Amino acid sequence: MSENKQISASDVEHVAGLAKLKFNDQDLNKFTDQFGDILDLVNTLNEVDTDGVEPTFSVTDQINTMREDVAVNAHQKEELLKNAPDTENGFIRVPAIIDESEEG
Amino acid sequence: MNFKTTIGLEVHIELKTNSKIFSPSPAEFGDDANANTNVIDWGYPGVLPQTNKGVIEAGMKAAIALHAEVTRENHFDRKNYFYPDNPKAYQITQSVTPIGKDGWIEIDVDGKKKKVGIAEMHVEEDAGKNTHNPNGYSYVDLNRQGTPLIEIVSKPDIESPDEAYAYLEALRQRIQFTGISDVKMEEGSMRVDVNISIRPIGSDKFGTKAELKNLNSFNFVRKGLAFEEKRQQKILLSGGQVRPETRRFDEASGETILMRVKEGADDYRYFPEPDVPVVTIDDNWLNSVQEAMPEMPGKRRERYVNELKLSDYDAMVLTQTKEMSDFFEEAIAEGADPKLTANYLMGDVNAYLNDQKVDLQDTKITPTNLATMVKMISDDTISSKIAKKVFKAITDGEEPSAWVKAKGLIQLSDPDKLNPIIKSIVDDNSQSVEDFKNGKDRAVGFLIGQIMKQTKGQANPKVVNQLLMKELKVR
Repeated sequence: MSENKQISASDVEHVAGLAKLKFNDQDLNKFTDQFGDILDLVNTLNEVDTDGVEPTFSVTDQINTMREDVAVNAHQKEELLKNAPDTENGFIRVPAIIDESEEG
Repeated sequence: MNFKTTIGLEVHIELKTNSKIFSPSPAEFGDDANANTNVIDWGYPGVLPQTNKGVIEAGMKAAIALHAEVTRENHFDRKNYFYPDNPKAYQITQSVTPIGKDGWIEIDVDGKKKKVGIAEMHVEEDAGKNTHNPNGYSYVDLNRQGTPLIEIVSKPDIESPDEAYAYLEALRQRIQFTGISDVKMEEGSMRVDVNISIRPIGSDKFGTKAELKNLNSFNFVRKGLAFEEKRQQKILLSGGQVRPETRRFDEASGETILMRVKEGADDYRYFPEPDVPVVTIDDNWLNSVQEAMPEMPGKRRERYVNELKLSDYDAMVLTQTKEMSDFFEEAIAEGADPKLTANYLMGDVNAYLNDQKVDLQDTKITPTNLATMVKMISDDTISSKIAKKVFKAITDGEEPSAWVKAKGLIQLSDPDKLNPIIKSIVDDNSQSVEDFKNGKDRAVGFLIGQIMKQTKGQANPKVVNQLLMKELKVR
């Protein structure tokens, strides 16, 4: 297992697990290296002095660009379902899932 | 060893808006699967979610109703998780800037009043709905994906299952009065997740929490918590340790059942949502929402007691739901006597609702019709006995004054009409007159009975009694 100073193979395995992905050792090593490189790149940002700078949550200048509460039905159901991998009776059909949703 | 219980509640409330929080799709239920969806709800690349102003205002109303501070600079965050109910693989929510924080509501348990703190409330999107089928597939309907929610998180102030129940009652009532949600657990517009831990009295460190799921009524919340409290006490008393578990409440047995043991903290990797612009609430906007706030139940109760001279109990019952309270206000605005109207709402109307298992707005009873009936009782047009029949007619959608006329049920109070009837009854019953003279009061009752019978129950008993006594004295 290759170890990067930024991130370990088990970190990458954990993150992959959160996305319901599984890799073999070869891929895991490759992604760990790539992951580390990305983090190295991002870390150069840490060199910027941000003391006294307010956190930025949006990079657009748009504030309060909201829409009024008016419903518009796009009537796109059939088109959208065509892009689903599998459908039945207007539902998207997926392999059986055990209910572990957190409901919000 | 004695224990102290700490309960936390997370309540999700579905907002009654026309459209979804970030897409203009209709926020409606009961339609065909996926009928109310568009590319935004399906999380297509390149789409531009836009915030629904109505949702932000609903959030402000909730914050105001729960005495919370309204956050002026709002942004949204992504909560990342992979599950088929949400095609984006993240929920847009508020993690850093909840729209309201540091609120409270007052609860009342057996006459003991207490303030329960509310840590925060945030607006967010709901996920789609999965149905599971034993045929090896699950089915996804995204109609609910993107419908707006407010999540309300309590502070660890709740110390018993009864307090949790009272908190939910008070919360539902206040939210209902704002009009932003139907807040009905049975229809899913109010959902409750709870956590509970216990610790030995004197210890300042919270115990390990268990989370409870599948609590489909306030009563089940109370029952589930009571069971869990005992279960944890037993573990600690036998020297064991409570594990961080998610447990499911079983309605049939009233017990909680282990679903899974939590390993490590949840890892949602929140980060600021870059696609949705920030929302700034200035004084003008906040003031206009504040001014448009409906009167809260506490204020109404005060007014009922001080101005309408109702009892504390009557005021409490009438403000239990906004529907009942609004109905009452409309009826008295039509000139009906407040006390008599209150009595009918709490008596006959409530009995009817319980009997039929319906909500007031789903019946044919209208404030105008009830007011008309109450006014007819007040001015002696009908007796309270006849009113029973009139009320029944109102529940069938009849207009009471026309109905009473058509059925000939108007109370007879006119002495010119009653006296001849009384005279003839007295003439026909000389034995009773004799008995009366000999001090037998029963005779009066008999005579009144005969008069009522003769008038088919329409004679005003009070007037009959006066006229009869006068008549008997001159015999």
